[in-house]
Amino acid sequence: MDLLQYAFMQRAILSAAIIGTVCAAIGVYVVLRSMSFIGAGIAHASFAGVSLGFLLGVNPFFTTIVFCVGTAWGIAFLSERRKVHEDSAVGIFFASTMALGILLIGLMKGYNVDLFGYLFGNILAVSSNDLLISLIIAALVIGCIWFFYKEFLLLTFDPEMARVTGLKTKMLNLLMMTLMAVTIVISIKSVGIVLVSALIVTPAASAYLLSTDFKNMMLLAILFGVGSSWMGLLLSVWFNLASGATIVMVATLVFFVCYFMAAHRRRHKFSGRTRS
Amino acid sequence: MSPEIIISCNHLTVAYEDKLALEDVTFDIHRNEFWGILGPNGSGKTTLLKSMLGLVAPVSGSIRVLGVAPANLGPLRDKIGYVPQHSQVDFNFPLQVREMVLLGRCRKMGLGKRAKKEDYEAVDKALERVEMSAFARRQIGRLSGGERQRALIARALALEPEIMLLDEPTAALDVGVTEGFYEWLNHMHSQLHMTLVLVSHDVGVVSQFVSAIACLNKTLVAHGRPAEVLNQESLEQMYGCEVMLFQHGRVPHMVVPSPAHQHEHQHH
Repeated sequence: MDLLQYAFMQRAILSAAIIGTVCAAIGVYVVLRSMSFIGAGIAHASFAGVSLGFLLGVNPFFTTIVFCVGTAWGIAFLSERRKVHEDSAVGIFFASTMALGILLIGLMKGYNVDLFGYLFGNILAVSSNDLLISLIIAALVIGCIWFFYKEFLLLTFDPEMARVTGLKTKMLNLLMMTLMAVTIVISIKSVGIVLVSALIVTPAASAYLLSTDFKNMMLLAILFGVGSSWMGLLLSVWFNLASGATIVMVATLVFFVCYFMAAHRRRHKFSGRTRS
Repeated sequence: MSPEIIISCNHLTVAYEDKLALEDVTFDIHRNEFWGILGPNGSGKTTLLKSMLGLVAPVSGSIRVLGVAPANLGPLRDKIGYVPQHSQVDFNFPLQVREMVLLGRCRKMGLGKRAKKEDYEAVDKALERVEMSAFARRQIGRLSGGERQRALIARALALEPEIMLLDEPTAALDVGVTEGFYEWLNHMHSQLHMTLVLVSHDVGVVSQFVSAIACLNKTLVAHGRPAEVLNQESLEQMYGCEVMLFQHGRVPHMVVPSPAHQHEHQHH
């Protein structure tokens, strides 16, 4: 384990833990509310943000956060009016922000920036500055989930009931979308624009298959998220593979294991019932 | 002195986009009454219930619940229990019965606050009331139709409400247990001194148990005590076709389209 002596490796391990936790936690709501397409849409919006950051010569983090949060609010606003279906709203933002990103890149003189790194992620390239920012934002996201635990749960489980009991559902919804957007922003450096939605959806979807209660699902999702991230990181270093892609493949493998476990458990239950 | 008015509709008119859902509905519900809102599909029953909950706003006329417009109920919302239709709720959700019932008190507990002893006490009392204490730790998806219904009622009861509104409570129940369910509801009503309002298209069964009914077909066709309201004329007006009544005693037990009407339909 000489690898652990390298600062970049220590940062990567920490980053994997932070991102694995926060993506999985947000992912629980994304999966239960069937919002995975929104996640992908917001992630792709970050492409325009990254391009703009490079063009202006500022840290892409700040431009990306504007684009991602803006897209999240735009989707929420458009689908709130009910004139536009939510998935149409996502489709529109998804493509137009990508198009904007490509146009912005075209404006740059020869582009020698690491766009590929942003598209597919490189967890080994995370700087200590990146790490600090993602730690602060992740703490904020987890803090909000902790504070609004029962409100978010009711909003996810039964939105009509949430309105009937008098919760400020519009505000809570907007907050949840914002948390999702900032989670995506801090994750793209490590797993990439294209792959980040997998890290949000897959661990939570795996946990959903095995859970009968919400807290369990949340904890299991985080376990899967952090586990897949660490495992993926290790494999990518050992076999010299792309880190983001390896992490996503490990998470996907976990999903299929859970899927077959759940199917087996169901079969077992039914065969037991016919016997009794 | 007549009892206090709890819900009051005054020329209430509601529309979605430019489609009229309810027109000029005027009637009062008094404390501790048990109302059945009856009418065919699309008659505006659910819209009336949603107006009472403040989920839709009137375009003209007014509605008052506990003396205020439902949109401005504020903390008074805790006095209203709502039991949605089965199909509104995702029973595959990873949630146990006790947690789901606790969510009924979500707003009452206060923003960002965790459940206290009194919250759990109210939840356990509600579960006991609907005879579901043994199911507290069960995942909601593993309940039968009737048990799901009672769990949703427990969620409403967890607020210890003064008013309970139920939307098609027997929609997911087998025909055989529907009557038993209403008997149970009636029994609970007499024990808890609540104002109960339920929406149903099940004229025959509901009218056996409620103390008053309102027949809707966009407008209020008739309202009052079941025996006074349910006659050939009002029912035909409500369903928009000729009907036959089967009754023992003074309240019709079963309402069916008249053979002449069915005959006519087959030829269309």
